[in-house]
Amino acid sequence: MIHLQHLVKDYGRTRAVDDLSLEVTAGEVCVLIGPSGCGKTTTLRMINRLIEPSSGHILIDDQDISQIKPERLRLSIGYAIQSVGLFPHMTVATNIAVVPKLLNWEKEATSQRVEELLRLVGLDPGEFGHKYPGQLSGGQAQRVGVARALAADPPILLMDEPFGAVDPLTRERLQYQFARIQQELKKTVILVTHDLNEAIRLADRIAIMSAGKLVQYDTPETILSRPANKFVHDFVGTDRALKRLSRIGVEGFVKPANPVAITDSISKIAAVIGRQPSAWVVNGDGRLLGWIDRKSLAQASSASQVLVAQTADEVAISRGATLHEALSLMLGQGVKSVPVVDEQERLIGEVSLSDVEAATVETEA
Amino acid sequence: MSGKQVTSWLILAILTAAFIIFIANSHWVEASLRFLFPQEEAVVLPRASLLEFFWQHVQLVAVSSGITIMIGIPLGIWVTRTSGRDFLPLVTDLTSFGQTFPPVAVLALVVPVLGFGFQPTVAALVLYGLLPVVRNTITGLKAVPWHYLDAARGMGMSRLEALFAIEIPLAAPVIMAGIRISVIVNIGTATIGAIIGAGGLGSPIIAGLIQDNLAFIIEGAVPAAILAILVDQFLANIERLFAYPAQA
Ligand SMILES: Nc1ncnc2c1ncn2[C@@H]1O[C@H](COP(=O)(O)OP(=O)(O)O)[C@@H](O)[C@H]1O
Ligand SMILES: [Mg+2]
Repeated sequence: MIHLQHLVKDYGRTRAVDDLSLEVTAGEVCVLIGPSGCGKTTTLRMINRLIEPSSGHILIDDQDISQIKPERLRLSIGYAIQSVGLFPHMTVATNIAVVPKLLNWEKEATSQRVEELLRLVGLDPGEFGHKYPGQLSGGQAQRVGVARALAADPPILLMDEPFGAVDPLTRERLQYQFARIQQELKKTVILVTHDLNEAIRLADRIAIMSAGKLVQYDTPETILSRPANKFVHDFVGTDRALKRLSRIGVEGFVKPANPVAITDSISKIAAVIGRQPSAWVVNGDGRLLGWIDRKSLAQASSASQVLVAQTADEVAISRGATLHEALSLMLGQGVKSVPVVDEQERLIGEVSLSDVEAATVETEA
Repeated sequence: MSGKQVTSWLILAILTAAFIIFIANSHWVEASLRFLFPQEEAVVLPRASLLEFFWQHVQLVAVSSGITIMIGIPLGIWVTRTSGRDFLPLVTDLTSFGQTFPPVAVLALVVPVLGFGFQPTVAALVLYGLLPVVRNTITGLKAVPWHYLDAARGMGMSRLEALFAIEIPLAAPVIMAGIRISVIVNIGTATIGAIIGAGGLGSPIIAGLIQDNLAFIIEGAVPAAILAILVDQFLANIERLFAYPAQA
């Protein structure tokens, strides 16, 4: 659907993009990755004609985009850059409504669309619609950026490090959320990143670039298992097995967690824990409240006395997470298993270190 | 508009009304000045009432500042566009030159061309007031971070749409600051218009200087100062309309 043909871009004597040819299938996520300065941004910006190529062609649905008026072309292509691209003098709702307004949508349709998009990216329209970008956290701003790019339901999305300026934990959440949205919307996405884990997690195909040239264009699995040359091999690194965990969801590895309820009697809790060192504690709705150490039970008269309270945010992973996230949480907290929760933070089970290890060995083979 | 803003508009309206009611009442004006200067023979310039001088002054300032803004902002915008970029140094040089010239000298130069009265005074005031408006328009537009423009263009705005929807609103505080400086300076400078017969609050001031009558000087100077303060508050209130919560 998007066809880059022998693209070249020269800046004076610098060749930023060098004879790049690439075909992006409709409905797929293509991730451009490579070291800083290798020409990713330049390539992306040629697709919406913010930059004109020195030579070569870009076809979208077999139409040469040099024949389309830039403004018209861009209205049909969503564009998301790091959160700094949100206009600071417009509310969140107005920011999202920019393209619908340029397309002269009805007021009513626009505000409905804004609400729908805010919900899609997990922000409450009532709470966030009237806020200004300066009042958002980094993660919230980037969600609004994604919502804004999706506003007029464009078939194509261009994203330049859209999850760049946030902490690693927030980034993983945003990536997971984006993957879920993409599964539903099936846009044709070209995403630039320098984070290999992000590429492996999100991409249907990864295009690895070096010094303006395309080095390998393949599925994440193939890139990890059969690097085309030494450059890709080195770029991917020696922890390929570990990286592959980013492609595997935790859901297939969840085992029952045997939680106890906060209202249970001490004797019942002791029976459930048995010889295990500890147990997860949930409330009446099944929501994770924390955990109880077996040793602390002896002196206790009720569960709430010895509960080590911890929110799902701190200790659990969501069921959409990958084994990579599970493993980094285990290593980070020095534990051998992590609880898995659903969207309402209800405990659905746990994943243990030994299962992750087994998966690593399997994929290595 | 927030409650705070409504209050400051209200206070401004009340103060302005009180001020105008006071100067409209020539008995009050005369009685106050008489109280301050009991020994002077005359305490108000008999040529016209204070309200007339005040009104002439407001007209001078309104017309000249209006023209300054209507020339200055488009000029500042134009020289920051691709089409006008070549003229940027020329325009900044000319406007700085206009301001380094003492206003009296500008008047002296304008009189042979335009004669005496209202028009040459306005011409001199426009020349003199252009610099802060042009300079701040240029500075404000240049200070708009490029990634906002990039996002705007990337989303499909034309250059003109991006100018009005993104660049001007983001530059507005800086542009407004330039307008404020220009107008406030203009209110003071406009007093010299009296020298070439443009009237205004400069008339009692200059008459007072010539006749060594402090009461006349006060009759013109104090209302001019109060006018400057009220207008400054008015523009500050307008500036606040553009404000938005910045980085938390
Ligand atoms: N406007 C420009 N003028 C000159 N050189 C540029 C310009 N934009 C990019 N380059 C150069 O082109 C190369 C590729 O840049 P870019 O596409 O931004 O890389 P990436 O996004 O992969 O980090 C770099 O060497 C950069 O210095
Ligand atoms: Mg880049």
